[in-house]
Amino acid sequence: MISFSVNRQGVNLDVDPSTPLLWVLRDNLGLTGTKYGCGMAQCGACTVHLNGEAVRSCVAPVSRAAGKEVTTIEGLSPDMSHPLQRAWIAEDVPQCGYCQSGQLMSAAVLLRENPRPSDDDIDQAMTGNICRCGTYPRIRKAIHRAAGLMSTGGAK
Amino acid sequence: MSTLQMERREFLRFSVAVSGGLLIGLYLPGADRLAVAEDRSGSVFMPNAFLRIGTDERVTVIVNHSEMGQGVYTALPMLLAEELDADWNKVAYESAPVDPKYNHPVFGMQITGGSSSVWSAFEQYRNAGAAARAMLIAAAAQRWNADPATLRAESGVVLDGTNRKLSYGQLAEAAAKMTPPAKVTLKDAKAFKLIGTPVKRLDTPEKINGKAVFGIDVKNPGMLTAVVARAPVFGGKVKSFDDSQARSMPGVRKIAAVPSGVAVVADSFWQAKVARDAVRIDWDEGEMHAFSTSQMMQQFREQAKSPAKSVRRDGDPDAALAQAAKKIEAVYEVPYLSHLMMEPLNCAVDLRADSCEIWTGTQFQTVDRAAAAKAAGLPNEKVQIHTTFLGGGFGRRATPQSDFVVEAVHVAKAAGVPVKVVWTREDDMQGGWYRPAFLHAIVGSVDASGNPVSWRSRLVGQSIMSGTMFESMMKGKEYDPASVEGVDDLPYEIPNLAVESHQAEVGVPVQWWRSVGHSHTGFATECFIDELAALAHRDPYQFRRALLTKHPRHLAVLDLAAQKAGWGKPLPKGRARGIAVHFAFESYNAQVAEVSVTDGKVRVHRIVSAVDCGHYVNPGIIAAQLEGGAIFAASAALFQELTFENGRLQQTNFHTFPVMRMNECPEIETHIVESNEKSGGIGEPGVPCTAPAIANAIFAATGKRVRKLPIRMTEAV
Repeated sequence: MISFSVNRQGVNLDVDPSTPLLWVLRDNLGLTGTKYGCGMAQCGACTVHLNGEAVRSCVAPVSRAAGKEVTTIEGLSPDMSHPLQRAWIAEDVPQCGYCQSGQLMSAAVLLRENPRPSDDDIDQAMTGNICRCGTYPRIRKAIHRAAGLMSTGGAK
Repeated sequence: MSTLQMERREFLRFSVAVSGGLLIGLYLPGADRLAVAEDRSGSVFMPNAFLRIGTDERVTVIVNHSEMGQGVYTALPMLLAEELDADWNKVAYESAPVDPKYNHPVFGMQITGGSSSVWSAFEQYRNAGAAARAMLIAAAAQRWNADPATLRAESGVVLDGTNRKLSYGQLAEAAAKMTPPAKVTLKDAKAFKLIGTPVKRLDTPEKINGKAVFGIDVKNPGMLTAVVARAPVFGGKVKSFDDSQARSMPGVRKIAAVPSGVAVVADSFWQAKVARDAVRIDWDEGEMHAFSTSQMMQQFREQAKSPAKSVRRDGDPDAALAQAAKKIEAVYEVPYLSHLMMEPLNCAVDLRADSCEIWTGTQFQTVDRAAAAKAAGLPNEKVQIHTTFLGGGFGRRATPQSDFVVEAVHVAKAAGVPVKVVWTREDDMQGGWYRPAFLHAIVGSVDASGNPVSWRSRLVGQSIMSGTMFESMMKGKEYDPASVEGVDDLPYEIPNLAVESHQAEVGVPVQWWRSVGHSHTGFATECFIDELAALAHRDPYQFRRALLTKHPRHLAVLDLAAQKAGWGKPLPKGRARGIAVHFAFESYNAQVAEVSVTDGKVRVHRIVSAVDCGHYVNPGIIAAQLEGGAIFAASAALFQELTFENGRLQQTNFHTFPVMRMNECPEIETHIVESNEKSGGIGEPGVPCTAPAIANAIFAATGKRVRKLPIRMTEAV
């Protein structure tokens, strides 16, 4: 039995502890917003928060989550109110949308740690997340916009 | 399928040439009227196959093209909502089932490809909206006992000259009883309120909260997950396999041979994947066991020395070349490329004795359904495909052989339960259907005053259409039009021009990859015109201008890109600009790239892209497609190459087949030419110019020519 919390709800699971957290989220818990892209921490599509830190869930065994708090895209905000989600809509960021859960989860950690990131800071934080459709210029703009929303008290 | 008898370019032109008349003729308002029995959740007004309006005011537009990032779930509803005078805030989308009434009006099948969704729907969807609007007005007129001509519709309500109004939801039931109009009048473009505006995409909310369902997310009752072990060499077959270890692994339910390999079916993906890796398989590797791309390219180089099938011949290129004052020869080479969609291939199948339901992200519903029916041993109409969101397509999900769908049907048959086949990233990359490798051997000349006199392009590469149902498009030709598109219509005024094509026979499965033939012809022709400009000691932008006087739309995008990029203006030390212009999928694109090269490392700083795609629908989506097209193309130009040794692909995942990342991404500026010409494509036209613009900028910066992709400065000459 492995116990941890996902989006503030406790779960107890009887799974092979070496199973990547990604597949436990997707197949055992039905949280399919977190995506599979590479299986080797190359693309960032599977990014979730583990005790607030961005991790690639495709290479993190579920045993690593034991006793910890996991946040997935489904738990980023209950109502799309996260400044990043609002900025993503305003900048019309997604194309196919497949990588965007991972992009948002990486960006959320960046903004929490650094509420006014520079372009270099964005490069640092976001370079691990691939977007095949090429939404990078809009992701950059949206992160700046979200930072603006936060600083003007626009964040709920 | 009669349109398939036409060569592709011809039918694209054909579609542009016909006025709305034909499309209106194909679309009969009301003829596809659905029975009210098919009513769903309060949708009571279903005037045609493309629309449902509910008493809850919800306007649901049924979209017959697949949403793979290019924005059809927004652009097509915009077309319909424009003529419906709907309240945009009430508009929703839904993917169409497979049915002939959702066929592409020009291609004659349900397909998303050829950058054709918007232009093919331009009148189809507007007609559907206009017909419904007329019926809503007729319903209001009946209610008020008024003359319909005195009523108008606006933002989801019908109004009369007084204060009376009825919403579409209030009118839905009555409108359903109205007779569909025999003829509709479409708005004049000047009256458009939605078309031409940067409306936000409708699908963004569900793509940023984890709710959007892609094929890989499909979960049906009782469904298991399968991972398939496929041959390490194309054409390879299973000789025998040993699943003794895999069979006893946790969650494994079934292991079975299928035509493509060995399928492992388990409770979850990870269990299936781990067990799949534990199956020991003895392969008959077949004829491709020794295949090597370096040997193949050597053969291509040899082949290019001899004349090939003639595609186009103007003047007397041989004589002109023999007498040339100054001539130059160049050989351009591009590799096999993977589409590498972020969402690896997958397909869910529920196969029953008398039905087959499929959930997948496909670009090719009609073809997939026929192939699945054949594999299932069922008639076509017993097979239904639910098209999910596609986590990228780029052409890979439109396979004439329906490889990933057919395989999933075979796996479902073997499993005996509903199953979802999921490909790993490595499976996807090694699964074939690549952009073919190509070689262009070009020789050209200029006269003593620097005017181009001759040009001969000789291409060597595999055909995409040969051996497929699209072979009929090659009828009467000894070459594949998809190999030579973009060079066969070279716009430059050159009196002596030859284009020749060698069709290489190689056992690597190849397919359309975003911009198809243009992905290599754009590179070769736009680099070579730059080489001719240098030979003539002319500015590459002005040199092109002088040769395009009969092509005003090429000129307009070229001028716009040059002007916005500040062509000729000073740049920081070490930076230089390169330019390219190309026509593809009925749209014109020009790009200027700004690069620097430091210690052999190329950095692209800025790309300015200008497009003329005719009458446009959503400039926000167009800008996004140009940005994405440039990044997709820059990834290929800078990093990507598939190579084979001993029949085995050498690349496996993103670390060996890299994609451009945030820190490498240039600043991208996009500009749209205002135009009233017929709509052209936008998904693909932004791709071809990027590689040559970068390569030409590298020449401007370093004096070295890039003739081989991906760009390696050690190979520049």
